[in-house]
Amino acid sequence: MVDFGGWDMPLQYGSQLAEHHAVRRAAGVFDVSHMGIVDLNGTRVRALLQLLLANDVGKLTVAGEALYGCMLNESGGVIDDLIVYFLAEGSFRIVINAATRASDIAWIRRQAQLFGVEVLERADLAMLAIQGPSARAATATLLSDGGAHAALDLQPFCACQIDSWFVARTGYTGEDGFELMLPVADATRVWRGLGSRGVAPCGLGARDTLRLEAGMNLYGNDMDEDTHPFESGLAWTVSMQPAARRFIGREALEAIQAAGSRRKLVGLLLESPGVLRRHQTVIAPQVGEGYITSGGYAPTLERSIAFARLPAAAGNAVQVNIRGKLLDARVVKRPFVRFGKSLVH
Amino acid sequence: MTKIPADLKYTSSHEWLRTLADGTIKVGITDSAQQALGDLVFVEVPEAGRALQSGEPCAVVESVKAASDVYSPVTGEVIEGNPRLAGAPELVNEQPYDDGWLLHVRPTPGGNATTLLSAAEYEKLLQTQGD
Repeated sequence: MVDFGGWDMPLQYGSQLAEHHAVRRAAGVFDVSHMGIVDLNGTRVRALLQLLLANDVGKLTVAGEALYGCMLNESGGVIDDLIVYFLAEGSFRIVINAATRASDIAWIRRQAQLFGVEVLERADLAMLAIQGPSARAATATLLSDGGAHAALDLQPFCACQIDSWFVARTGYTGEDGFELMLPVADATRVWRGLGSRGVAPCGLGARDTLRLEAGMNLYGNDMDEDTHPFESGLAWTVSMQPAARRFIGREALEAIQAAGSRRKLVGLLLESPGVLRRHQTVIAPQVGEGYITSGGYAPTLERSIAFARLPAAAGNAVQVNIRGKLLDARVVKRPFVRFGKSLVH
Repeated sequence: MTKIPADLKYTSSHEWLRTLADGTIKVGITDSAQQALGDLVFVEVPEAGRALQSGEPCAVVESVKAASDVYSPVTGEVIEGNPRLAGAPELVNEQPYDDGWLLHVRPTPGGNATTLLSAAEYEKLLQTQGD
């Protein structure tokens, strides 16, 4: 067990590698109740989110659609990354990180007052992520016929309310699956029900190797208040159009964009045996140095991968200092793995 | 649950030693150590011929969680690092006292050795550490 944002959480239930493979090959379930679920209600909630987020909730037009994005400070640094779900006009739900929950909510409340938006923490809800090629089918067996139908009809990155459960086809593993937000009183029964259907319980360790292979950033490792989206591999989550949308951090990002970002976040593949780890130094020959923001062993690839923040001019052949030895690594596109298949050649 | 064979010697940093009939020594990490590390994914063992001082880092075991140094319990010369671990680091998890050995050492006569513990003493150490 480890402390994670104030929550006691298991790194693994059994073998972390077995948990990882269960998700890539069949299905696994993660208790992610540490994530903060916050509902925002009010007639001007869309305008509030268009101020708070670098991505544009104007893209959410149909109830149930979800969007990933970052909340920035005035300097363009990332306060948190989150998923926002469009529930109904005047009602959105966001899911934020555990470690930043209190500061996020304070920040959101400050802005929300001006918009007359209610900020409602949903501590009454637990959250389970069921991920893997057979995850949706396994979850559907826990629902009524009608509910199962609605859940299985969901498009990727969409959600719907099924009785007291909020079912979202989202995740953090690079596999298909659901994230369920459900009353705390239901959580244990659902956890056990999934277990009896062969869904493997998975801990934080597997969650980390899965998201790493899937090329997904972890807040606090790969970006934070001192780094901006353009040097964190998150340019795709920044919506500079329409130009009239003056979101917090926009001016800083415009200046960075005009000058060109000095650094970039890339995927790295270690060419030899060994394990890339966070904080190791990366040398880009003739260009300069960078560092690994997240690294580890990729069980699907059976080799080590990492994310590294490098000078913008760095080429594809780099070296990593591992305990004083310089080992060759190659810059590759993220994700490394998607839907159980290696994308690395 | 944790296996602590009675015929081996142990260190407080969770290595084990087996003295062979010819006086050479095999070294590995204990069952308790491999359990704490979790699934091993990479093991770096020393080259044959390397001179070791007791107490110096002589191998690295990396699990999915973290990298850990292994310390040489004796002063001597490396005869061989376990060649099978490059392709199968999981042997350390599966058979920590047998096929998962790390290094084979020829101790220097009269050379320094780390304080060694009996199986009973090592078991007591684990209890005081709350394992």
